[in-house]
Amino acid sequence: MPIELYRVDDRLIHGQVVVGWGRPLDLAFLVVVDDDVASSEWEQELYRMGVPPEMDVHFHTVADAARLHGTYQHDPRPGLLLTGDVGTMRRLVDASGDVRTVNIGGIHHRAGRVQRLRYVFLTPVEEVELRALAARGVTVTAQDVPSAREVPLDDILSADGDA
Amino acid sequence: MTNSDPSDAEAGRARRAIVATHGDLAAALVAAVAQITGRADVLVPFTNRNLGGEEIERGLRDAVDANGAQVLFTDMLGGSCALGARRLLRERPDLVLVTGANLSTLLDFVFNDDLSAREAAAHAAEKGRASITVSAAPAEVRGAD
Repeated sequence: MPIELYRVDDRLIHGQVVVGWGRPLDLAFLVVVDDDVASSEWEQELYRMGVPPEMDVHFHTVADAARLHGTYQHDPRPGLLLTGDVGTMRRLVDASGDVRTVNIGGIHHRAGRVQRLRYVFLTPVEEVELRALAARGVTVTAQDVPSAREVPLDDILSADGDA
Repeated sequence: MTNSDPSDAEAGRARRAIVATHGDLAAALVAAVAQITGRADVLVPFTNRNLGGEEIERGLRDAVDANGAQVLFTDMLGGSCALGARRLLRERPDLVLVTGANLSTLLDFVFNDDLSAREAAAHAAEKGRASITVSAAPAEVRGAD
């Protein structure tokens, strides 16, 4: 079974991921791709705190995640891969070459970002990176929780924050 | 009292705690505590709605500083409020974090200002944990199983 969801979420592991997606997808493992977290035992322990004991969690740099991507894709159990920002997801897609869909789950306000959806704020550079993902055949949509409407990339980029 | 920390009552200060949750839960919990106890001066609500991780940490720091809070209550172990609070604990070693707080937790906390903040938080956590029970009607009411 492939990884069920490739998600960009600046909170990484939190309630929406573990419960909101974890329950309906029956997730058995999480793969967190973040160079900083992968080098910090303290950060990893912090995130592990929120993961139920029956769910495995793995922390990797982009390079390690790309190398192990095939292994995770062939895991018979459902999994979810997380990055904290668009740039990291794009690097992973470029390095692994085998990601078909990307879910924008939560990118929140920061200087230089413009609000596109209630839970999506993007810089011009991030918008270019998302278009680059789409140009290489990746389907990019925004959806914070499974019951929410899935918003296509063109609609994200043309939205003014009220959606 | 066995702890060397002075209670807030002994120190002559009003104890404050931040209640940080998803959605409107914090505001509802704080309102419920005020409705039951008349104490509206202890708990300060904080929501993580539409906030990123850095904004949550900053918001909690600001709320702690603005209110002189010594305790943080969050709704969910591993939720983003708990993560932000744990990060804040690194720089504020005197803060205490209680995760999975419920109404019983908060009610106990507001009435224990004769304890130190750390003791009151621990006592409140135990009270909240003990308040969760499962009951079913007797067999004769339910009918034969």
